Amino acid sequence: MKKLMVLFVVMAMVLPMALTGCGGTTTAPEEAQAPAGNPEGDTIVIGVFEPMTGDAAQGGQLTVEGIELAHELYGEVNGKEIELKVVDNKSDQAEATTAVARLIDKEKANVIVGSYGSSYSMAAGETLKNQGVPAIGCSPTNPLVTKDNDYYFRGCFIDPFQGTVLANYAIDDKNFKKAALLVNKGNAYSVGLANYFKKAFEAKGGEIVAEQQYQKGDQDYTAQLNTIKQANPDVIILPGEYAEMALGVDQARKMGLEVPFFGGDTVDVDKFLDYGDLVEGVTISSHFDPAQPELTDETAKFMEAFEAKYPDRTPGAFHALGYDAYLLAVDAIERAGSADSDKIRDALAETNGFEGATGVITLDENGDATKPAVIREVKDSEFKYVATVQPE
Amino acid sequence: MGRGKLFCLYDIGLGDEKMTINFFMENLANGVSLGSLYALIAIGYTMVYGILRLINFAHGDLLMVAAYAVFFMIAAMVPWWIAAILAVVITAIVGVLIEKAAYRPLRNSPRISVLISAIGVSFLIENLGLVVFSGVPRAVYRPEIFDKSVSMGGITTSSLTFYIIGATVILLLALVYLLNKTKTGMAMRALAISFDTASLMAINVNRIVSFTFAIGSSLAAFGGIMWALKYPQINPLMGVFPGLKCFVAAVLGGIGNVTGAVIGGFILGIVEIMAIAIFPSLAGYRDAFAFIILILILLFKPTGIMGEKMTEKV
Repeated sequence: MKKLMVLFVVMAMVLPMALTGCGGTTTAPEEAQAPAGNPEGDTIVIGVFEPMTGDAAQGGQLTVEGIELAHELYGEVNGKEIELKVVDNKSDQAEATTAVARLIDKEKANVIVGSYGSSYSMAAGETLKNQGVPAIGCSPTNPLVTKDNDYYFRGCFIDPFQGTVLANYAIDDKNFKKAALLVNKGNAYSVGLANYFKKAFEAKGGEIVAEQQYQKGDQDYTAQLNTIKQANPDVIILPGEYAEMALGVDQARKMGLEVPFFGGDTVDVDKFLDYGDLVEGVTISSHFDPAQPELTDETAKFMEAFEAKYPDRTPGAFHALGYDAYLLAVDAIERAGSADSDKIRDALAETNGFEGATGVITLDENGDATKPAVIREVKDSEFKYVATVQPE
Repeated sequence: MGRGKLFCLYDIGLGDEKMTINFFMENLANGVSLGSLYALIAIGYTMVYGILRLINFAHGDLLMVAAYAVFFMIAAMVPWWIAAILAVVITAIVGVLIEKAAYRPLRNSPRISVLISAIGVSFLIENLGLVVFSGVPRAVYRPEIFDKSVSMGGITTSSLTFYIIGATVILLLALVYLLNKTKTGMAMRALAISFDTASLMAINVNRIVSFTFAIGSSLAAFGGIMWALKYPQINPLMGVFPGLKCFVAAVLGGIGNVTGAVIGGFILGIVEIMAIAIFPSLAGYRDAFAFIILILILLFKPTGIMGEKMTEKV
């Protein structure tokens, strides 16, 4: 009897934890309204918060490389020197909030660039809004990042578009009718992209035959893949980090599941290609491919500078997006003619026809860029350009 | 009683129409594959505890040390099997150094101090790893013999599964032999009963403790290498969850009992895979399963499956 009571108490303690998940919700700390930025300073401070360590570190580091490249080319605006302050958000939502608060309070950032990973951008959004400092996301693609936040902008397309691009490519070009989803349940990007894919895929007459989940940090997907195998899909959609994609593909192949894998832009990093034969044939939607048409003069400039700095590497989407986000900030400061955060915000909102490395960027009323997407496929351990998809 | 509760999960699932025999067998194979890995790592955990009554929280992080050692040696063009052997040696040395630096000075302190020191060492290794290796996950080279899939009776699984199970069984037998049939093993068992009495019997306590750590760390290294082969990516925090889960496996089997650790590892692996296969919506909480098992075991059978009540060491 006593043991049953104990069991009951334990379950009562454990279940709520299980139901709310371990991802944890983050609330932005209530900060007192303080004058943001340093409009009177001798330099302009562009603050960067990106995941330099943790799960999303690879994407964050590539983005920062792109930002630093842009900073080397465009180190001055309105006759003032630009200072770049990079803070690690450690691939953690709570840390993202702290990182942004630090950039605003301590580093006196006039404008902020970041972050790779929609979850981290969304966590920081509230602080940015409350403090009145504008931010430009390099690659957070979840629509909620800029929604109801007048201070958040981004130089990339958003997931409803990316999901549609993948779904159209699967149905129209590949003639796939049945898709399975393997989703990171605790990740806003992953859940969002999967849902938009599902919506677009079903609208075109496709069928989702299995929906499976995993959690951040999981390495074994065999149970989920086994259920997917049972449902016999034509394609598996795994919107996750590149390492998760590699593990998923490997485990599927080992259990004799030979269907193609589709993923999103998070897989577009050169480290993914280190997995070699394992990831051959993986197809992704992304932001940029040097081979895509309709690029700008800035693209050539970016490519040249990149190749001069990193002779052994090829630039990826996150390099280019980091580069563009920085350029958008500089452009807005120039047009605002001031380092005042609110004036920069207003200038950003008016960005129209800006020529960046990833193409021409016009920000809509939500602060999102309307841009084409590219489809890339891993062939001979390299990303190969497949197609460009225009926004509707 | 604790076991009865666990097995009722299967009964619910078996009634499910999706649960065909083939599906069940494939999941069982995956569960055994994961379980064998847990078992391999849990052996080292439980052996160190059995001899020294110390939960070496750094055990999981030694996996990471071994995996990175192999990674860098292979990057330096060392053949993989030489890299693996050297990594085991390096990890054993690291394990012995940890004992000398962090545990030996506290040998006569209350046991809680050593435990806290072990947690400190664990954090130290993890953060050192983050600084030295950076947090970016890296792809691991997998030799071809481990990279095949094997089909048997409609079930397809990785060839690596058989190597891991083989390694687990061989290491278990070797360890049982070492502990029960050799002089060193006798000395280790004597230490488990009493350090003071053992030293009176002309046993060199420091030497035996170092040896125990060397063996425990080598086992962790084997586990780490196998882990990196099964999930071919490494990062500085890769040892944290395997370490915790194998601790659960060791407790489940009866901490201090090496055979129990193997059984605990297999049960944990199979439960994890089966639970997700039967309740896909719970996939996000897979780590919680291990800890619920831990809580239940501690409540209902604290000595574990194979464990016996041991008298407290004075």
